[in-house]
Amino acid sequence: MSSEQLQADQVPTKAVTAYKVRNMAFFYGTKKALDNISVDLPAKSVTAIIGPSGCGKSTFIKALNRIAEAETKVRIDGQIELFGQNIYDPKVNITRLRRRVGMVFQRPNPFPMTIYDNITYGPRVFGFKGNYDEIVETSLRRAALWNEVKDKVKTSALGLSGGQQQRLCIARSLAVNPDVLLMDEPCSALDPIATLRIEELIETLRDQFTIIIVTHNMQQAGRVSQNTLFFNTDESRIGQLVENGPTKEIFFSPKDKRTEDYISGRFG
Amino acid sequence: MQTQPSNQLEAPENLTAGGGSLQPDTIARGVFLVAALAVVGTLFWMAFVVARDAMPAISKFGLGFLVNSTWDPVVEEFGGLTFVFGTIASSAIAMLLAVPVGLGIAIFLTEDFLPEWILTPIAFMVELLAAIPSVVYGLWGIFVMIPIVRAVETFLNQTLGWIQIGGKSIFGVPYGPGLLTAGVLLAIMILPTIASISRDVLKAIPRSLRNGSLALGATRWETIFRVLLPAASSGVVGACILGLGRALGETMAVTMVIGNTPQIDTSIFAPAYTIAALLANEFAEANTAVHIGALFFAALLLFVITLLVNIVAELIVRRVSLERN
Amino acid sequence: MTTSLRPEQPVSDDLTSPLEPGRALFTTSMTTLSVVFTFFAIIPLFSVLIYVLIQGFTSLSPDIFTKLPAPAGTPGGGFGNAIQGTLLMVGIAALISVPFGVLSGIFLSEYARDDRGIIEVIRFGVNVLAGVPSIVIGVFAYGVVVLSTKTFSAYAGGFALAILMLPIIVRTTEEALKLVPWELRLGSLGLGADRFNTTARVIVPAALPGIITGVMLAVSRAAGETAPLLFTALFSQYWIDKVGQPTASLAVLIFNYATTPYADLQRKAWGASLLLLILVLAISIISRYVFRRRF
Ligand SMILES: Nc1ncnc2c1ncn2[C@@H]1O[C@H](COP(=O)(O)OP(=O)(O)OP(=O)(O)O)[C@@H](O)[C@H]1O
Ligand SMILES: [Mg+2]
Repeated sequence: MSSEQLQADQVPTKAVTAYKVRNMAFFYGTKKALDNISVDLPAKSVTAIIGPSGCGKSTFIKALNRIAEAETKVRIDGQIELFGQNIYDPKVNITRLRRRVGMVFQRPNPFPMTIYDNITYGPRVFGFKGNYDEIVETSLRRAALWNEVKDKVKTSALGLSGGQQQRLCIARSLAVNPDVLLMDEPCSALDPIATLRIEELIETLRDQFTIIIVTHNMQQAGRVSQNTLFFNTDESRIGQLVENGPTKEIFFSPKDKRTEDYISGRFG
Repeated sequence: MQTQPSNQLEAPENLTAGGGSLQPDTIARGVFLVAALAVVGTLFWMAFVVARDAMPAISKFGLGFLVNSTWDPVVEEFGGLTFVFGTIASSAIAMLLAVPVGLGIAIFLTEDFLPEWILTPIAFMVELLAAIPSVVYGLWGIFVMIPIVRAVETFLNQTLGWIQIGGKSIFGVPYGPGLLTAGVLLAIMILPTIASISRDVLKAIPRSLRNGSLALGATRWETIFRVLLPAASSGVVGACILGLGRALGETMAVTMVIGNTPQIDTSIFAPAYTIAALLANEFAEANTAVHIGALFFAALLLFVITLLVNIVAELIVRRVSLERN
Repeated sequence: MTTSLRPEQPVSDDLTSPLEPGRALFTTSMTTLSVVFTFFAIIPLFSVLIYVLIQGFTSLSPDIFTKLPAPAGTPGGGFGNAIQGTLLMVGIAALISVPFGVLSGIFLSEYARDDRGIIEVIRFGVNVLAGVPSIVIGVFAYGVVVLSTKTFSAYAGGFALAILMLPIIVRTTEEALKLVPWELRLGSLGLGADRFNTTARVIVPAALPGIITGVMLAVSRAAGETAPLLFTALFSQYWIDKVGQPTASLAVLIFNYATTPYADLQRKAWGASLLLLILVLAISIISRYVFRRRF
């Protein structure tokens, strides 16, 4: 059974909500970084998160796979549900959550091992018994990297270019067949051509995965996303969700003055 | 305070100076350089002196020194085999114990298992272990460790004494001092080296690798074993080799607990002897030229072994730190 | 076990089911193991500290500092001569090693930019020198000093300790200088001072506390070293009247007395250990505070 088929069986169809966030507040130690966030993130589509630097975009998506707590002491109030399950419920097993929610970071972070081993890392950790070669090929194809690396999958991943490394990291996440793919400014360390590649890739992944992407690039948000979240901060330095909705509306008829200012400023 | 108006005029000249002209700056640099070269030169001087004074013994015994197990100053027959054996065996025992324990500590003290306020003092205490003089370890070994080892040996002999090799219990005669005692004490002494350097290496691994693994759904220990340790492997190996270098050359503590008997026994509890302990015990009393020469030969052997080990460790550690920059 | 890559259960059941038993076992056993290991490493430290403290404390008295060793078997006496000898030899060692060590440290730190190649070689050599067993250094000192002067002496012991101290002083000096903010150099150079003046008048004074700490660290390590003294300074039962004769030291005293059967001498060994330990640990703690890293 190919992973594509598996995928198809499980797809929650149109307009299903992947994440339901309610009254969420986020604290680094005692410092509040996000307050009063309530939003639904639809499944099987791309949601972009935009906003000025320091407004809590990374913080927000790091709360979605609970990776924030691996870095420092954090506290989350309110609720975040993934397909109806509160992910901060004490019963939730964090490794199972992260297996369903892949993450791609700002800087490519391939492990210092072969391309092959990078891809099979997740499956190996989970004790997957099956055809690893197939996983490697499928994942690399999905990440549009197969043609470039098919002859050197047994060489070190560190030998790839930055853009290739980032696609490898995407492939690595896809190898465990997640429901959700979080991306924190995945193109900010890449050149325009590599960026274009990743955008095309996101396009093809859109109807198989729930993709949530943080970006500073308005054009990119406009090109790849169906929905957009605009975060902002005021003097309190606490991040808030100012506005969210279909990307077209946010871009062309924002309801909030701050959204309009930010977007026109960024396009200007 | 030294700036005078005229300095501004001289400035262009100063900028181009440095070649042949003997400026204070050039002289100072020369002095610093000579001092630094002298420090490094000590190594060569040392090698020369030890080799020179070992010459009589080298020409007399040659490489046979390494395979002869008789050491008898009375008949002036000198062979180093038992000492080489003791040196290697005690260090091997030490490594066997100290590597896993040291690595375990390094991991435990890096990977967010403990809150900062308890982690820092523990890490510091482990490092303090390295500052305790080795003769103090030896003293502690004699009065604290040896009685314990003796009790354990007696107990093992009573319960499992029937396990024998060549008609002798493998647990030996319960003296207390012996190869195992020395190995354990050495392990304690090299633990801080291995633990602290490995900890530095682990700490230097970028956070992004950890996060990459955790974000894929790996547990902390899976991340440690599958990503962090492989990434840190050469640095950790360097740390272990440095530890080995220390163990091979460690003198006082070993001399005080190994039993100082030149033999190769079937029991790891049995007394043994190391090159360092031999030098410690016999150098002051040796008075014949052959005896002194043989001791220099042994010292040269130890010098060369530890030099090689340290150079390898240094190269590995250095390569690791270069890769990181 | 797992043959499909995506869990079959609904999301909520999947997320709330526990970690697979094998992985959970791995986690618990490894965590337990590392706790146990850390515990094991700390036991000897405490044991050494406690024994030295208790045994050493009961044997301390003013006599220790002012009297000579009593003949074996008779109680009383002290080891004033050993304290004297240690101070003397460490002093000689410092006289030799401080100039070379500090100057080398300055070279490594302040001339690092234009002399890369040679700096690498020197740093390599210093690290290798630091790894030479102290007993081999003793053998070297024996070959250089004892064989040519035909006598054991405080000179020979001091020479051996000097070589032992060298790498520590070089490294700590380099580190102390590197802790001086870069702007200070730029400031001085910007005023038109040359590099020597910058180093001598600005950088070294600013780094002086660190350099002194480093020297103290080296001194404390040397004071605890036994192996290089065994057959260079040997030992002596008497006060020092000249430098060119066998000289007692605390470290060798511990070794000699620990291996005798006399309880009274053994107690003195603990007392001497306590003195050394206080010196070594206090200076290690200070140096850790100054450098924020270990040497
Ligand atoms: N580990 C942390 N500890 C404490 N505060 C943090 C931590 N990480 C982020 N913050 C703070 O939280 C706020 C939000 O940071 P975050 O990284 O989420 O912003 P961002 O929107 O992603 O910014 P950028 O666009 O620059 O990436 C900032 O004020 C930041 O200083
Ligand atoms: Mg960010």
